[in-house]
Amino acid sequence: MLTLTLQPDLIQRARQAARAIVGSFDWLFAEYSSVTIERSILRLMGIDGADSEGKPYPNIIVDQLKAQNALGRGASFWMGNAMLALNKSAQQVAELVADEALQLTKLPIQPQKHIWNTLSILADDGLQRIKAQRDKRDDLMKQYGPRRIPAIYVIVATGNIHEDVIQAQAAARQGADIIAVIRSTAQSLLDYVPYGATTEGFGGTYATQENFRIMRSALDEVSAELNRYISLTNYASGLCMPEIAVMGALERLDLMLNDAMYGILFRDINPRRTLLDQYFSRLVNAYADIEIQTGEDNYLTTSDAVEKAYTVTASQLINEQFALRSGVRPERMGLGHAFEINPELENCFSYELAHALLTRQLFPESPVKYMPPTKFASGNVFHTYLLDGMFNFIGQLTGQGVQLLGMMTEAIHTPHLADRSLAIENARYVFSAVKDLSRELKLEPGGFVNQRANQVLSEAVFFLEQVAEEGLFVAMARGEFAEIKRPEQGGKGLEGVFAKETGYLNPFLDKLTEKLART
Amino acid sequence: MTRHKDQIIRAYGDTLNDGKIQLSFTLPVNPDEKGREAARQLLRQMGLDDIDVCGVRDLTGGFTQFIAYAVCPASVDLSKIKVKIVETRVMSLEETDAFIQKHLGRKLTVIGACIESDAHTVGIDAIMNMKGYNHRYGLERYHGFNAINLGAQVPSEDLLHRARLEGADAILVSQVVTQKNIHIKNLTRLIELAESEGLRDKMLFICGGPRLNHELAIELGYDAGFGTGTYATDVASYIAITLADRLSK
Repeated sequence: MLTLTLQPDLIQRARQAARAIVGSFDWLFAEYSSVTIERSILRLMGIDGADSEGKPYPNIIVDQLKAQNALGRGASFWMGNAMLALNKSAQQVAELVADEALQLTKLPIQPQKHIWNTLSILADDGLQRIKAQRDKRDDLMKQYGPRRIPAIYVIVATGNIHEDVIQAQAAARQGADIIAVIRSTAQSLLDYVPYGATTEGFGGTYATQENFRIMRSALDEVSAELNRYISLTNYASGLCMPEIAVMGALERLDLMLNDAMYGILFRDINPRRTLLDQYFSRLVNAYADIEIQTGEDNYLTTSDAVEKAYTVTASQLINEQFALRSGVRPERMGLGHAFEINPELENCFSYELAHALLTRQLFPESPVKYMPPTKFASGNVFHTYLLDGMFNFIGQLTGQGVQLLGMMTEAIHTPHLADRSLAIENARYVFSAVKDLSRELKLEPGGFVNQRANQVLSEAVFFLEQVAEEGLFVAMARGEFAEIKRPEQGGKGLEGVFAKETGYLNPFLDKLTEKLART
Repeated sequence: MTRHKDQIIRAYGDTLNDGKIQLSFTLPVNPDEKGREAARQLLRQMGLDDIDVCGVRDLTGGFTQFIAYAVCPASVDLSKIKVKIVETRVMSLEETDAFIQKHLGRKLTVIGACIESDAHTVGIDAIMNMKGYNHRYGLERYHGFNAINLGAQVPSEDLLHRARLEGADAILVSQVVTQKNIHIKNLTRLIELAESEGLRDKMLFICGGPRLNHELAIELGYDAGFGTGTYATDVASYIAITLADRLSK
């Protein structure tokens, strides 16, 4: 069996440092909220709709409260109050606000206890809707059987949800297990979630609740045809991270890209905003039993994959601790890494093997996510196809949880139907050809692969201990992650973070944390 | 080096001017004889001869991929081809720094960004970041450049504002996403804004990306364009030499 001999004290020190880093954010999670967390609560109340200009009701409500300087008590408080005062449903109240027929803060304040009771029922209903989807997934998984390992993950990115459906169903029939619907490239910086089915976008189409519904129903259809559960994934990232998590939970997405730090480093979203939003979105994902995936591959596309391999390990460990803090089980943590070493480097395959095994062994219960070569994919599709074959070889050899297939046209265009089919053919051939090979192999104890893995791990320990000492925000401000400087007060979206005032109400958050603590 | 006597050439398989080409494409047909014939007729209409549809792959759902070899009778006269390319010579990092010192005598400010919707910084990072790409250091490493990389999804207005503020010598724009020609729209928008703000002639406008080249860049109103295979040395040399030329005129 291919197994690394890792120094156990290094693993322990790495986890300890990561725990210390993450443990220092309790003040943020307890005392602050954000506009998108409040909007996701409104969505959980079942509020649905957008005005004639496409502005979603949750945004209209939160903007009104913000303009009145009243958001400190939470959107829940004002909604519960309005429902009681007017004897109307949450949706009816939302419509009045959208019609500019109601100022939530102008209504007489109802007794606190009644407000709480009203909201409690709403929260139970909302969470019940998520649970129903979780149960449905469990039933289907039982019926169809478990996902293959590594699971075959492909993207669809036509920019039109209806065209995406055709591509996704074809990919499933060709052998894909997981379908990712790529979002439009600008969506992460939108501070609202577009509404309805969308047929445009660049490099993908928008993540909207209706698009989620359309794709889920198409995949349910093809799952029944193939007698195999086809999973759906999207991206709970950017300025609307928690809202997208809620939408995914309600529409039975099965996985979600949901990284704790990606937005800060690679989208220049404010650090406080991001950590706060990831906390709440991961609570939702944990409750929905959605497998989260993290974006460590990005460290390697911006920096050298050998030199900066330790940043991947460090980020995985931090992501793990943040996920645990939100109640995500290790079995639902798709920690990420990638095959991005320069193919001209001699023995690059041995390096990749060491890195892939390290991830696999550090997170033995987790469906770790392996990303394909992109940086060295070129217009030479033949060469890229070969790189993808080597990548698939390592994926099977090291038992990665999810293999995000490379496309030979990676450097040219979003995948054509045939590109995706060839990628799946490549993976299926390699996976089957070397299926049980790992059982027959052993690594030289003091050999290159073992040495390399231990070196990366010890670099990660050194780095994590340093970050634990100076604090995550300070380390980010100094550019120690991904060679990008991100000051605590910088980036986009800080104006959407606010301190909770006395009397802040959020029964959804309370119930979520209570339920997750219990399980 | 070219391996032909005259300037008229055809595609090459294993014999000069045999015209052999390979193709692959997908049709909305089933992988049967009728589908294969559809593929053959399509190739025939393209003017190809000796058509061999050698590979048929079922993509399911009524789609089939065909792989084919054929003889293409078309030929090209090399003597009639004119290509617009960046013609400045390429210097090493040290040479460029020395060149700037000697001919310009000050640091050149270069501002780079992925503009508008584009979130992919791979290209701009490869050219600008200290680290560079494939052992070619980026502009940040040069003594002769004050390199400012604004990163991804920068609105054109912000880029131009910063360029004015910094008194930039050159603007470097990267566009990676090209679906529905979004890169053309973004690049056009920037140049139009620059013109309306009177900035167009105050600095060099350079664009780069996998689907860009010098010819397209000129057409869009830029000073230069760089495509795949470009390193920081190419861009740095171009900026230094072009600005020195302008100064001496």
